[in-house]
Amino acid sequence: MNTGDTGFMLICAALVFFMTPGLAFFYGGLVRRKNVVNTMMACTAIMGLSVVMWVLFGYSLSFGGNHAGIIGDFRWLGLSGIAMDEPGPYAATIPHLVFVAFQMMFAMITPALITGSLVGRVKFKALFLFILFWSIIVYYPMAHMVWGQGGFLAEIGSVDFAGGNVVHISSGVSALVFSIIVGRRRGYETTVYRVHNIPFVALGAFILWFGWFGFNAGSALAANGLAAHAFMTTALASASAMLSWMLIDVVKDGKPTLVGASTGLVIGLVAITPGAGFVPIWSAFIIGGLVSPICCFTISLLKGKLKIDDALDAFGCHGIGGIWGGLATGIFAKSSINEVARWDGIVFGDYRLFVAQVIGILVTIGVAIVGTFICLGIVKIFTTLRVDIREEKVGLDISEHGESAYPTFNGLDS
Amino acid sequence: MIIKVEAIVREEVFEDVKEALQEINVNGITVSQVMGCGTQRGYKKKVRGTKVDVIMQPKIKFEIVVSSEEWEKKTIEAIQKAAFTGEVGDGKIFSYEIRNVMKIRTRESGYDALN
Repeated sequence: MNTGDTGFMLICAALVFFMTPGLAFFYGGLVRRKNVVNTMMACTAIMGLSVVMWVLFGYSLSFGGNHAGIIGDFRWLGLSGIAMDEPGPYAATIPHLVFVAFQMMFAMITPALITGSLVGRVKFKALFLFILFWSIIVYYPMAHMVWGQGGFLAEIGSVDFAGGNVVHISSGVSALVFSIIVGRRRGYETTVYRVHNIPFVALGAFILWFGWFGFNAGSALAANGLAAHAFMTTALASASAMLSWMLIDVVKDGKPTLVGASTGLVIGLVAITPGAGFVPIWSAFIIGGLVSPICCFTISLLKGKLKIDDALDAFGCHGIGGIWGGLATGIFAKSSINEVARWDGIVFGDYRLFVAQVIGILVTIGVAIVGTFICLGIVKIFTTLRVDIREEKVGLDISEHGESAYPTFNGLDS
Repeated sequence: MIIKVEAIVREEVFEDVKEALQEINVNGITVSQVMGCGTQRGYKKKVRGTKVDVIMQPKIKFEIVVSSEEWEKKTIEAIQKAAFTGEVGDGKIFSYEIRNVMKIRTRESGYDALN
């Protein structure tokens, strides 16, 4: 074990942690004022819940042992059996606990992403319970299948450097299913949902960008050239995607917007996540540049034509961005960059990685859909999913939390 | 007679009142967010464990200027129906006589300004 890798990874874990508060601001700014506390509270409560579950049994189920390539077991219940000064089976140069901590932050941001599609109408109790069950039924198996010892998707050669499948496709698809089942917000067809706090949206996007360097570079699990490579692909993809979205704004509406730029940079980060440590740096320009039009088009289709209320585009951005990123990895990867990739991408003459990627993506989508249905079924035993119409009108901040975000809008304090 | 109808209503009925006014084809509406209290003078609330007095509550004020008593009646009816919930704090509707109106763009005065 060495101190350079350990120090780097601990800092990366803290950076990935910071992404969930960043997401709280990103999502919070996008909703109307009457729901901002509820939206941020969803992320906040997940910060607490995910950590407790991870330490109790989450890490063990995701990374402890292997059963049928799908799930681990309870060998490390409460992290017992993990000594302080041993490296553990996943990274030779850092203490095992550092790996536990780093992965814990992934288990935190993933369910938080789902909350974006549900704003304004889901009971807090229902959401909390849903996340509890979803982590167990969807996230831990996905983490195991992609990154765990003997995980089935890793065995077939599918690659996912920092969590395109595990984090973005799973949460995006689950968000879509949940938002369809819970239904549209009242008045969806005629209401204009204005962004209530654009500075928060930008702040959240910048914090996400900052933390994402830890998310992607840290997935190298060491302070080395691969981490630097992932850092650069991350920077280039998000920058390209931001510029690409600004261009779309200019072409469509004549003016580049801050909300558009913020959205663009986030989806660029999503798209590069599975391939950050597998694709050459120049390809990040293409991966990021193309994700904006792809997501933009899908979002208009989803919301305009199909009228699905994926309120903050959790599927439109993370689901679609993750799918494109996974496929792009199968197109541009070079196994000389990172030998975890057994084959090169299509651009370099091999199709086998691309096929493995497609399988991985389809399995993830399947697990997410089935898992979400099961979780919603369980949650419905305990509580209804949706608030009643009066609560929806007055806003979830008041109805679920008894709090008003900006009580002094007129300068009057009481 | 030119009459201004002023309605102080709950925040959550804002969209219902807006739709009701659109349905009777009333144009020329100004909306503001206000704080106020009526006879109930608020309630007690807990913030981080301490009880706090909440006296003023947020409400929405609609101001609509109409060109006749007939329109005044229609507008007041529509607002009352849309804003009613039956609970204390539903609000009040006031009527004022307006001395004059001028349209800024065309400098028209009186009833012409309201068309």
